[in-house]
Amino acid sequence: MKTEHVDIAIIGGGPAGLAAAIEAKRQGVEKVCIIERDTDLGGILQQCIHDGFGLKRFGKQMSGGQYAEAFIEELAHTDVDVRLKTMVTKITEDRRIFAVNEREGMICLNCGAIILAMGCRERSRNQIQMPGARPSGVMTAGAVQRYINMEGYLPGKKAVILGSGDIGLIMARRMTLEGIAVEGVYEVMSGPGGLTRNIVQCLGEFDIPLHLSTTVTRVFGKERITGVEVSAVDADRRPIAGTERRIDCDLLVLAVGLIPENELSKGAGVELDARTNGPVVDQDFMTSAPGIFAAGNVVAVFDLVDYVSDTGEMAARGAAAYLRRADSAEIADARGGDEASIIRTIAGTDINFIVPQKLNAGKRESDINLFLRVKKTGENQKIRMVCKGASVSECREAFVAPPEMLVAKLAGSADLDDDLRLNLEANQ
Amino acid sequence: MSEREIVCTVCPRSCRVKAKETGGAYVFEGYSCKRGLGHAQSEVENPMRMLTSAVPIARATVRMLPVISEATIPKAKLHDCLEALYKVRVDSPVAAGQVIVKDICGTGVDVIAARSMKRK
Repeated sequence: MKTEHVDIAIIGGGPAGLAAAIEAKRQGVEKVCIIERDTDLGGILQQCIHDGFGLKRFGKQMSGGQYAEAFIEELAHTDVDVRLKTMVTKITEDRRIFAVNEREGMICLNCGAIILAMGCRERSRNQIQMPGARPSGVMTAGAVQRYINMEGYLPGKKAVILGSGDIGLIMARRMTLEGIAVEGVYEVMSGPGGLTRNIVQCLGEFDIPLHLSTTVTRVFGKERITGVEVSAVDADRRPIAGTERRIDCDLLVLAVGLIPENELSKGAGVELDARTNGPVVDQDFMTSAPGIFAAGNVVAVFDLVDYVSDTGEMAARGAAAYLRRADSAEIADARGGDEASIIRTIAGTDINFIVPQKLNAGKRESDINLFLRVKKTGENQKIRMVCKGASVSECREAFVAPPEMLVAKLAGSADLDDDLRLNLEANQ
Repeated sequence: MSEREIVCTVCPRSCRVKAKETGGAYVFEGYSCKRGLGHAQSEVENPMRMLTSAVPIARATVRMLPVISEATIPKAKLHDCLEALYKVRVDSPVAAGQVIVKDICGTGVDVIAARSMKRK
């Protein structure tokens, strides 16, 4: 088996991995390698042909491909080693990567640091326990997106969409423009899962109805799907008898949520957060395994790619600093601090989760962005950060809602000697 | 007099802006900022959209090339532009930014390749 040493290996060539690789080179890291299983870089951006990417980072409306291209172009001016069509099969706690491709066969990379950038997966039919037959024509919104935008197939003529996640909304518009009749979007929750602008731009503009508190309770058809049964649900999301309605369709599109992809992370013994489904990370986006970092949707599902790129850069800076510490041997433990000097960020009142979950105690060199989601909708709110009962920092927000990720700035000067609790409060 | 509601998409706050029309002039209510007012105005006067689609490409690693308009086009012309794009076929290689359709449907806006594609 071919064995090689690399300073930083990045698993995944999507937006997180691309930003991480470029930043690692900026930081002066010598041997940087991206391992990507697809034939091209860019990850899921390559099937996102719609616009709305890059507003924060580039200040303009770009499509997914254009956003990816900006990074791929920059990467081409570096000596980052890109291994395409290469599948990582295993990573170990001592930072070895086992991968396979058709040119080299099985390879082993001994890494100074690893950045996990595998992205996320869509929740599938098996994960939402949908009763009924198993005909063809039931697929995730991402699969429909790939078929239409990259492979050039129309996967049906009349579609029902279950779930109001953003990809489902985007695909409602895209299918309509491609001539597929979209009967409606059905959402089991009492509020939409996707961003309001997508509800307006993708459903409202095309008169596609959104049915809240309604779900698919049966799938009809043997070989190919012929229809679905939808039912209203009660406050506990149980179908209400007598509300069933049959809809004929030849395509059921599932847009029922995304889960960080962490099969490889688990193999390396990385601690996962039950709320984000991603690794617990510190302010450098290092996981519980020393020298193994994580970036982008592996950590938590972000709604803007701009944030994904930001975390890629943060992880690369962290990994570069980790390598410098490991080199200098000044600190025997390259973690850069002992466990006692680490504090946790705690999701308090009406906060769903916070990334990063761990911070260095004391003061920090610079301000830190905390990524979080709230549990309820509200206007004129603030995120208050509390340490030992005292308020250390606060961020005002004109509007908050669960589908919109917030970024709260923690002042570097805030001196933390205990866990940091974040609460959502009315701004008075 | 007529009235319509525009849900603002400028920021997540999603203000519901009412546009009241009397004799061709609009009065707006319910917006919270200047950008929101501007958005509502353009939505009633001359709504503009980016055009994004994909066109078949020969001899590339995938079968479709994503394309995008270089600027926004009038929403009313979106359908015609898509119809025009359905007829387009391209061959690899293509460079990102390369013009695929010049001045699409007389809008004065070019449709360009959103990514590069090498020959397979």
